[in-house]
Order: sequence, then C-alpha cells, then structure tokens
Amino acid sequence: MKGLYLGSAMLASLTMLATPAAAATEIQWWHAFTGRLGELLAEQVEQFNASQSDHVVVATHKGNYSETLNAGIAAFRAGEQPHMLMVFEVGTATMMAAKGAIKPVHEVMAGAGAAFDPDAYLGPVKGYYTTTGGEMLSLPYNSSTPVLYVNRDALKGAGLDPDMDLSTWQAVGGALDALKAAGHACPMTTAWQSWIHLENLSAWHNVPFATKENGFAGLDTELVFNGPVQVSHIQAMGDWAKEGKFVYAGRRNEGGANFRAGDCALFTESSAGYAGVKAEAKFDFEIRPLPYWGGVEGAPQNTIIGGASIWVLSGHDAEEYNGVAAFLNFLSSTEVQARWHQNTGYLPITLAAAEKTRAEGFYDANSGTEIAGQQMTAKAPTGNSKGLRLGSFDQIRGIIDEELEAVWAGNKTAQQALDSAVERGNALLRRFEQANR
Amino acid sequence: MEKRVTFKGWLLPLLLVAPQVAVTAVFFFYPAGQAVWQSLFIPDPFGLKSQFVGLGNFEFLLGDPYYRASFVTTAIFSSLVTVVSMGVALVLAVLADRLIKGSGTYRTLLIWPYAVAPAVAGVLWLFMFNTRVGVVAWYLGQLGYDWNHVLNGGEAMGLVVVASAWGRISYNFLFFLAGLQAIPRSVIEAAAIDGARFWTRFWTIVFPLLSPTTFFLLVVNIVYAFFETFGVIHTITSGGPQQATTILVYKVFADGFVGQDLGSSAAQSVILLVVVGVLTVVQFRFIERRVHY
Repeated sequence: MKGLYLGSAMLASLTMLATPAAAATEIQWWHAFTGRLGELLAEQVEQFNASQSDHVVVATHKGNYSETLNAGIAAFRAGEQPHMLMVFEVGTATMMAAKGAIKPVHEVMAGAGAAFDPDAYLGPVKGYYTTTGGEMLSLPYNSSTPVLYVNRDALKGAGLDPDMDLSTWQAVGGALDALKAAGHACPMTTAWQSWIHLENLSAWHNVPFATKENGFAGLDTELVFNGPVQVSHIQAMGDWAKEGKFVYAGRRNEGGANFRAGDCALFTESSAGYAGVKAEAKFDFEIRPLPYWGGVEGAPQNTIIGGASIWVLSGHDAEEYNGVAAFLNFLSSTEVQARWHQNTGYLPITLAAAEKTRAEGFYDANSGTEIAGQQMTAKAPTGNSKGLRLGSFDQIRGIIDEELEAVWAGNKTAQQALDSAVERGNALLRRFEQANR
Repeated sequence: MEKRVTFKGWLLPLLLVAPQVAVTAVFFFYPAGQAVWQSLFIPDPFGLKSQFVGLGNFEFLLGDPYYRASFVTTAIFSSLVTVVSMGVALVLAVLADRLIKGSGTYRTLLIWPYAVAPAVAGVLWLFMFNTRVGVVAWYLGQLGYDWNHVLNGGEAMGLVVVASAWGRISYNFLFFLAGLQAIPRSVIEAAAIDGARFWTRFWTIVFPLLSPTTFFLLVVNIVYAFFETFGVIHTITSGGPQQATTILVYKVFADGFVGQDLGSSAAQSVILLVVVGVLTVVQFRFIERRVHY
C-alpha cells in the first residue's frame, strides 16, 4: 500500500509539472535513430520546442527501420498512429500505396498555409519521394549515397601510388591485383551489397533496375537487373571473391569494422559512414567517387540515395497538422540542414544548405565530403536513376542478398543468381500489386 | 489400473474445466481462427483493404521451392536443437546428481543461462564467432580453420543450433535433475548390490524410470525449436546464407513483419499449426507407448 501512495504522489507531482506544457499541442514523431544520430535528432527536437510555444514535438525511438515501420503500421491499425513516422527508402512504395493512411507533405504544408517551395530541395533527393506529377509525399530526412573509401596507407604498402586513378572498376581491378600480389588479406570489402552493387550500379550506368521507370510509373513493374551490365559487374566481384581480392563481411555494414580497423584497403559504403571512419581510422584515408565501368555508354550517370524520410499519417486534427508543418519547415531550414549534413555525412536536403556548407569552408577542411553531393547532382536524373519504388522491397533485398552470397561462395554464376533473384522478386512484386489493386 | 474420480451430474465438472476452456478459447482458438480466416485473403499492410483469394496464399507458398526447402531446414534444426539440448542436460544432471559437495553452486550456475533471452543469447554467440572480432573464430583461425558462417551454410546452422540449445540446457537440466532425484535410491542400491555397474544401472533402471520426464521434455523442446528460436536466428543469421537457416517460424516472422505480407504470413502460421499438431499427435501415439509412468 505504501508503494501505491508513493506512486500516486509521484504521478500527481508529474501531472503538475506537465500542466504548463499541456497548453501546447503535442506532436508525436516515431523514429529509428540511436547513438550519435539519436542525440543529434533529439537536439533538433529540443531546439524546435524551445523556439516556439504552440507545439511540442515528442520524439520516440521505435527500434530499427523495419521495426519503426511496423510499429507505425500496427499503431495505425489500432487507431493510435503518431503524427510523423520515419520510414526508410525501401518502405516508400508501401507508404505510397497506403493512400488512406498517409497525408502527403505537400497537402500538410498547403493546409497549414506554410511557405513551402519544393524547388528548394535537392532534385535527386526530392525525386525519390515525389510523385511523377511533382508532388512531394514525404519529407526527406536523412539521405546518403555510396562512395569509395580508400586506405591510402594500404595502397602505399602494396607499392601503389595512393593518388592513383580509382574512378573505374578496371582501375580498381588493377589495384586489387597489386594488393593481392603484395599479400594483402583484404583488398576490398563492401557494406549494403544490394544497394551499392546492384541498385546504385544500375543508376550509375543508366540501366534500368526495374521496368516502368524503376516502379515510379506503375505497380505492374518488373525487375530487370539481370542485364549485361549488372551480370558482368557481379561476375567480376564473384571472381574477385574467389581470388581473395574481395572479402564479404555481411549484408549490412559489417565490413565497416574491417575497414576502420585498417584491415581492408578499399571499402564501398554510404557517405554517412564518414563520421565513423573519421573517428576511428588510425590511418590516412580518403573518399573517392563510386567507381564505374569504363566503356559503358552513359556512365557515370548519377547515384541514388538511401536513408529515410518523414511521412505524415492521417487521422489527426488540423491544429496538429499545423504543428507538423511548422516542424517540417524547421527541419528544412538552412541552418538545421547544414549542421545535420556536416555532423553526419548525410546529404543536405536543400540547395541552400549545401551552399552554406561550402561558404563556411567545410568541404575544404574535410576533403571528400563534397563527393556524395557531386555524384548525385552532376547530371539530371533519368528514368533509370531517379530512385526505386518497388513494393515488398525489404524482402526483395533479402532475396538479392541470398543470391549474391551464392555468387561470393562460388555456388552460382552471376547470371544464374541474378536470374533467380529477378524471378523470385517478381513473384513478390505481383503479390504486392494484387494487395494494392 | 487407473484411478478415476467420477462426478455425479455435469454442472460441477463443467464449472471446474471452464476457466481452462476459457483461457484456451481466448488465447488459442480465437487467434488460430483469425489466422485461418486471414490466410484466405491478401490484405494491404495498413488494413485499409483486403481481397479474398481462397487458397491462393497456400498455392503461392507451396509453389515456392525455397518454402518447401524450409521444411527440411526446420526438421534438421529442430532435431539438432532437441538432441543437443537434451543430451547435454542429461549428462550434466547425472553428474550433478552424484555431487555431494558444492552441488548448490553448481546447479545455480547451470541454471543461469535460462535467464538470458534468446535474442541476447544470439548476440553473445555472434560476438564469440564473429569472423573478425570473435574469440572462438580467432582461435579457430590460429588452428588453421577459416570460420565464416556468413557464407558457409553448415557453419551457420551449427552456430544457430548451439545458440538455441545453450539456454535450453538449463531448463532441461532442471527437469532431469528433479526426475533423477525422484528415483528411489533403494532400487539403484539393490542393483548395485547385484553387481550392476554404473552404465548398466543407468540404461536398465535410471533411463527407463526417467522416461516420463524425457518424453515431456521432448515435446516441449520440439515446440521450443519450432516457435521460440526466431530471436536467435534473427540476430545471428537473419535466415541466411541462402536461406540455410530459414526455419518455418522465421519465415512467418520475416514475411509478416519485414515483408508486410500478412496473407502469406497467416497461411504459413496455419501450415505450421498443422505440422506441429501432427507432430505432437505422432509423439503421443507412438513414443508415449514406450514411456513407463
């Protein structure tokens, strides 16, 4: 009984403490960030809450990307959905198809009468989350693109010039030969194999990953990543794996630990891996653009993004949506974006934030951090390089991972593996199409 | 000779079983019925619309060679987990039963792993066998063995079996130890006087007398291996490489909660329900006959 009294006393005092804030509208935001990123996110929220008194944003961590999406979906089914939900890029098609569950960002902004200029956002970033008609559905939050990390000391150790050309895979192949000949245990490794070596590879070489503009133009899209460019790349990687020049570490970013410890010479990874490498690497490293195959027409085109965006869910009051609009505007502001970009290695989502970062001399002081932005914006995106919008894509990536592992283990040729991945993935796309008819 | 208690009339017995029936109905029949119902539809993730497809979900599943292969994977995985966790637990229980000094400490230490959640156990084992920083992987490397469960399906299976069986050993140990202690000393001492050695005594007296415990654990462990191991698999292999460790229940989880394909997930639950149901019936029909109560 004593505990009960104590509990209710505490509850009462908490309620009293909370009373002044209750006048403001509470806005729920469910996200997937922990660690340093979680801290930076919390800072943004605090800053917003301190800057005005009408709205209070409450950020809640709901697990990793998949778990956060699940939590949002389950909450929606129970009628308890948050106002804003962080959804990773592969969940985009799922969210887009759920027309009654979401409130497009452009509508939220228009409804709140907030100043909103879609053209202020970086084209390729915005494109991923925009309809073919140009309406922005979700607000890009954290976006990155793959780049090549180079351990310069390792290259020197193998008798190579650390400034050597690594812009093409042919040149990289030469470096791998030399590293292997010098006895290096891990000439190259990668993170996120499907995202980098199939999805981005396709965009970078301007070849389709799926029909119907990679799914942007319709649910009846079919996977076509078993074309000659993809097959020859995966075969080359498979051969490198067999010869011990490419070391496979895992499906996610397990390879990052190997690279940061100095075990691996080359590493393909998201530009957002920069902060980690910079903090841990005890060797001379640099960032280079993602390599492409010389001789492929149209390459290099542009790379595509990974990361997450903020979706606004339906079923709340207009006043609450005003708060959401104010918060999204705050997140897009130049100051907030520039800081986010510089602290994390994620791309700035607005042109102004990129300009500000340049003007502050950040790129000069941190060479290589501008490469991700350049890679995305050097050419106007084509139907093959706007991004991907495929249903069940989290699962399709799982299938691709499995089939690629078969290639790395030497159990399948690249052609067999990619044919099989396309066939199995298409079966899932047809189910998704059926579910969302 | 069985003793049966008989009641006069129906009211009291019905009243007495009512709570159990209610619990079963609410926590088993209702969700199972829901799963059967849902397996006939393809809904969208948000529950906004749903289409009746009849047995379409089952057709889709059984036409998938990877799903069919998952049955074999599950059979191998469950058998290994059950045999390993029960075998080791039995050996430890026999040893603990013979201990006189320090048996309390020994038992407490053996029971600890049961307190570790499957997902956490998975992470622990993953750290030990991590191809880069793992202690065990490093020692194996020193011995000239290149451990890589990320690409080698056999090694991946071995690792998830060990990680799943580990925590379960404690649970089985408790039951085996209790079973051993319930065996009358006099029977064993009589056999010893007749000149039966330890192994003879074990196989002819102890093991048969332990059979009710063993049978109970067999059923419970198979159910465990079928349903509760997905945390371990999720943290260690995510079902890979190439679905070498994708057991049926992991696929239910992956398709339902990662893929948001609730129709297929429900259909898989129904199939799993039938499989485990049949398995339990088989166990009770054929193995229980050999159990001496």
